Amino acid sequence: MTEAVRVEKVVKTYVRGRQPVDVLHGLDLQVAEGAFAALMGPSGSGKTTLLNLIAGLDRPTSGNITVGGARIDAMSSRALAAWRARHVGFVFQAYHLMPVLTAERNVELPLLLTNATAGERKRKVAAALELVGLHDRARHKPRELSGGQQQRVSIARAIVADPPLLVCDEPTGDLDRESADGILGLLQLLNREYGKTLLMVTHDPQAAEYATYQVRLDKGRLVTAHGAMAVA
Amino acid sequence: MKYARLVWAGLWRKKARTLLTMVSVAVAFLLFGLLHGIGRGLNNVIDHLNGKRLFTASRYAPLEGIPLAHRDRIARVPGVTGVAPWVYGGAYYRDRRNALGVFATDPATLFRLYHEFKIAPEQLQAMQRTRAGALITKELAAQYKWKVGDAVPIGTSLWPAKDGRTTYTFEVVGIYDRGRTPLNAFLINYDYLDEERWAGTGTAHYYVVGIDDPRRADAVSRAIDAQFANSPHETRTQTEQAYLASSLKQIADVDLIVKSIVGAVFFTLLLLTGTIMMQSVRDRVAELAVLKAVGFTDGKVAAFVVAEALVLCLVSAGAGLALARLVFARFAGMIGVVNMPPSVIATGIAVAVALAAISGLLPAARARRIVVAEALARR
Repeated sequence: MTEAVRVEKVVKTYVRGRQPVDVLHGLDLQVAEGAFAALMGPSGSGKTTLLNLIAGLDRPTSGNITVGGARIDAMSSRALAAWRARHVGFVFQAYHLMPVLTAERNVELPLLLTNATAGERKRKVAAALELVGLHDRARHKPRELSGGQQQRVSIARAIVADPPLLVCDEPTGDLDRESADGILGLLQLLNREYGKTLLMVTHDPQAAEYATYQVRLDKGRLVTAHGAMAVA
Repeated sequence: MKYARLVWAGLWRKKARTLLTMVSVAVAFLLFGLLHGIGRGLNNVIDHLNGKRLFTASRYAPLEGIPLAHRDRIARVPGVTGVAPWVYGGAYYRDRRNALGVFATDPATLFRLYHEFKIAPEQLQAMQRTRAGALITKELAAQYKWKVGDAVPIGTSLWPAKDGRTTYTFEVVGIYDRGRTPLNAFLINYDYLDEERWAGTGTAHYYVVGIDDPRRADAVSRAIDAQFANSPHETRTQTEQAYLASSLKQIADVDLIVKSIVGAVFFTLLLLTGTIMMQSVRDRVAELAVLKAVGFTDGKVAAFVVAEALVLCLVSAGAGLALARLVFARFAGMIGVVNMPPSVIATGIAVAVALAAISGLLPAARARRIVVAEALARR
């Protein structure tokens, strides 16, 4: 099975005040293409840090990170931005939609970085909103949508440019159970039907059940990994 | 172009704040347009004045006046083509707050010296026949809705009549086009005023002197002044441009005042817009971080912030300058400047761009430095 993500001996150290704080201690991880991996663990275990490193939002202090065959830890920040635009879709706990833009304009954002024409962008945005079940809310602004609907818009934004990797940081953390199940079902659909590789940070064991593979971190180390996913 | 909507939307993240900032910037540019417009307009008017006119006034006491006898002596100086007396009226219409530019002169000679003035010949003849007649500009006629035949009561604080009254009644006998001259004047007959007034009889504040060759203006000026050297009424003769420019300087250094006011306003504005843009970036750290997360580079995000500042300043400046242009004629018409010089608009736009660039610089640098992981971790 092809490898989507390879993390090798990754160390991440932050400096808080004058004190260096080790968040990840030489962590190794491989995720296969098409996997739906849940990263779990207590607060401060390094889950979000690991997710940010894999998504190219942050850089490791040492170690290598290869995503889709590209060594992203060695890229310049400009190259990394371009890489993210093509290869990663983001879903955040707090949705992080632009409050002044309508749902369709929020979804369109990643496409502004492509060469797509206005017509193509419109078509792709409509398809993404259709997929998340919000085609009738395209002209609504975030404040006019429920939490679950806002998260669906955020998922539409994540998939509109068709990136192979989706990273989701506590995507259901702010939602009630019913809305959370809807979002998780949608993520599962994207994984199963559209072949997206998903990495999801979650505290919620029920959410983790939707993943095919669960990785548990504690104090910056990978402690267990189990599930129905082939690991290279 | 595809980013325009994003820039515009970012600007309206806080509607009230943006609107108030825009109003502040627009008012500053309204002030800029009016002050600069008047300053440059006056300079333009002075630059376009006919070089064939000199003004002769008292060397040491310009307001006291010079004897009427000077007129004939000036007229005899070689190169002089005509001499018209000029007396300030110190006048008002109905109320002292309605100051009016009433001047006593010899209209026939004055219209010969001011080729820019256009009037129907029969109206000029009527003025010569009507002692208490008045010739008014089209602007005054429009402003006060005066027409030929109207009797207009004019009060004066300078020239009470021999019978003690301070109000004279004049009959409008003609309406003239003053061209591009700054004289929005209500002209009356010198002879009539001189006969009626209680004090100052036989004097004029200055003489308008026509010459045949503008290149000889200096020589003729010196010749006129030489006539009266060492007399009780020494004169100082200047070209009309020089006279008006120095008169304006005596009232106020318009350029200095304009530059000082506009400088202070723009410095304050720079601090205001800079602070507001910085606050706007602080409020949107997470949103800007998301833009970076989805692939916008640091430079592009910084450029958005500068573009927002640019749009804010240009739209507001445009509104302020447009408003200034609208109200300009009403204010500036009084001093003969009809249209706002295009250079004022061009300078205004350049100032707006500079204002945006400077005020957007720090906020853009702040936006550029946003670290996505840190910014999103805080939310």
